[in-house]
Amino acid sequence: MYSRAYKAGVTIPPLLWVSVFLLVPYAILFCYSFWSVSPAQVIVHNWNLQNYLQLARNPIYLQVLFRSMRIAASVTVFALLLGYPLAYYLSFHAAKRKDLLYQLVIIPLWASYLVRGYAWKTILGSDGVLNGFLQYLHITHKPVEFFLYSPFAVIITLTHIYTPFTLLPIYASLEHIPRNLVEASHDLGSSPWSTFRRVILPLSLPGALAGATFAFVLTLGDFLAPLLVGGPSGVMISNVVVSLFGAAYNWPLGAAISFCMMLLVVTLLFVTERLEKRLAVS
Amino acid sequence: MTKAAPHAAAADPAATAATPILSIRQVIKQFGQRPVLRGISLDVAGGEFLTILGESGSGKTTLLRLIAGFEDLDSGEIWMAEERLDRIPAHRRQVNTVFQSYAIFPHLSVFENVAYGLRAKNTAKSEISERVTQALAMVKMGEFAQAAPAKLSGGQQQRVALARALVNRPRVLLLDEPLSALDANLRRQMQVELKSLQREVGITFIFVTHDQEEAMALSDRVALLRAGLLEQVAPPREIYGEPDTAYAARFIGQTNLLRAEVTDGIASAGTIVWRTVGAAGTATYSLRPECIRLANESAGIPFAATDVSTARFRGRIRNQTFGGAMDLIEIDCGNAHVIRARIANSGILSGEREFEFAADDAVRVREGEDA
Repeated sequence: MYSRAYKAGVTIPPLLWVSVFLLVPYAILFCYSFWSVSPAQVIVHNWNLQNYLQLARNPIYLQVLFRSMRIAASVTVFALLLGYPLAYYLSFHAAKRKDLLYQLVIIPLWASYLVRGYAWKTILGSDGVLNGFLQYLHITHKPVEFFLYSPFAVIITLTHIYTPFTLLPIYASLEHIPRNLVEASHDLGSSPWSTFRRVILPLSLPGALAGATFAFVLTLGDFLAPLLVGGPSGVMISNVVVSLFGAAYNWPLGAAISFCMMLLVVTLLFVTERLEKRLAVS
Repeated sequence: MTKAAPHAAAADPAATAATPILSIRQVIKQFGQRPVLRGISLDVAGGEFLTILGESGSGKTTLLRLIAGFEDLDSGEIWMAEERLDRIPAHRRQVNTVFQSYAIFPHLSVFENVAYGLRAKNTAKSEISERVTQALAMVKMGEFAQAAPAKLSGGQQQRVALARALVNRPRVLLLDEPLSALDANLRRQMQVELKSLQREVGITFIFVTHDQEEAMALSDRVALLRAGLLEQVAPPREIYGEPDTAYAARFIGQTNLLRAEVTDGIASAGTIVWRTVGAAGTATYSLRPECIRLANESAGIPFAATDVSTARFRGRIRNQTFGGAMDLIEIDCGNAHVIRARIANSGILSGEREFEFAADDAVRVREGEDA
């Protein structure tokens, strides 16, 4: 039995942390979302639902939100398409190269997000590496402009950045599949492809779902990539929040959007959590 | 009737030699630099219950995995009747395996686990349902058809694994230490069921175990594997009664190994002397503990008896372990030479006593390498 002092010692610090740095700020944010800004640019504490009504009425916000979700969905799909086969190869066929390849997947995570963002700016720019290469091969004759400052650039950049986050849970779930299940499937007459479909894929679905959730949620809340490579057409919902809290000085509206986003993400996490549990077999 | 036929064939050694269902020929397998199988040749008859017996590291599981197709052999051939098996991928072999850890698919119900192999072969739905139900009934798991595997005990998972393999009607069923994870009582019960199941379905069983009692209880023949080579392949009674080698004698049951000098048909190990056959020189004899009995001292037969069809020796009782019907007695014959005997209903023995055994019970065995 642990003493009361011990229990208090391990419980109170994390509770304090979560309260002070998470719950209290959210509560403040929540309060802000019901206030408004006076014409004199002062935040007045008159409680109302104006901010939420404005979000529902003004199509701009919904448009940006849907664009963000489209981008997040694309990044999720690409991260899965890249991450799953790589994780599968790592887990089942890499053999001696496994550790090396695993490290190669991890290493980019050690580099600053900003550096990776700028790298894509350099690659996709009008006098960037990609355009230089295409012109060198005489595939194009003048710089292609739409590579950079587009949703396309945001998707490429974020796919690159978040694929390891998608790969890792998939890899973990593949590693947890007992190999004798694969042998049993072959033994019972299933071809390698059929074994993948009937055993490996179903048993790795919780990992794939966790990976997809990472990619989707992280992309949905991202504001640096659109800032660096997105341009006007690549603006995402977080950029709107950033500008509302910054230049536009409309904290209440920014808070309302933030709160809606948080609700969206929490709902999503809740649903995927439930789904993962249902897919996972004890 | 057709199902019973292969088993009947197994009983007839002539038929066995003519039509092996599985033929392993000069199989060699290495893992890196480490030789695991060093030239195995073995024919298995249709309907036979063959046990591959060996210590851990003897290569028994590797041999099974080669037959199943989970490993590639380095040289040699494996044939199933007229078909070269070792070049066919695992999923096209008419062989099924019961794995040591069962390998039940955790995401599928018991029914779907058993139906797995039939679905792989695109069997008709009605037939699947019929055969799965039948297979589950055979292993007494009918009521668990819709259960999730995680809810089953080890013994129940074992039964499902058995049904999942047998439902495909394989030509050969491979069992990789299937009972080793079960507790002793359940294990004995499963041994009996397994044996009667094998008789019922008439499928050839190749059973891998390290447990010599299990091997003796179940098998038509035992293939004793030692460090990648077959030591002896024979029915259990034969391998017990007439072990080829000192290793076989020690591994299958308990034994005393007597090192004797043979001259003129007489073997002598220290003061123990008995009649024997075979070449003169140094030889090793295996003497089962239960072949030794207390000599009738009151009859007053002199110690240096000339009747060498019965050997006699004296020794001090060093230890007696109660074993129900038979007690295990350690007899100190001097010079740190200890002979173990199983003696029935002897009461508590002590001091120096005289023992005897029939000369024919001392079986001459090959010493074998590094025995």
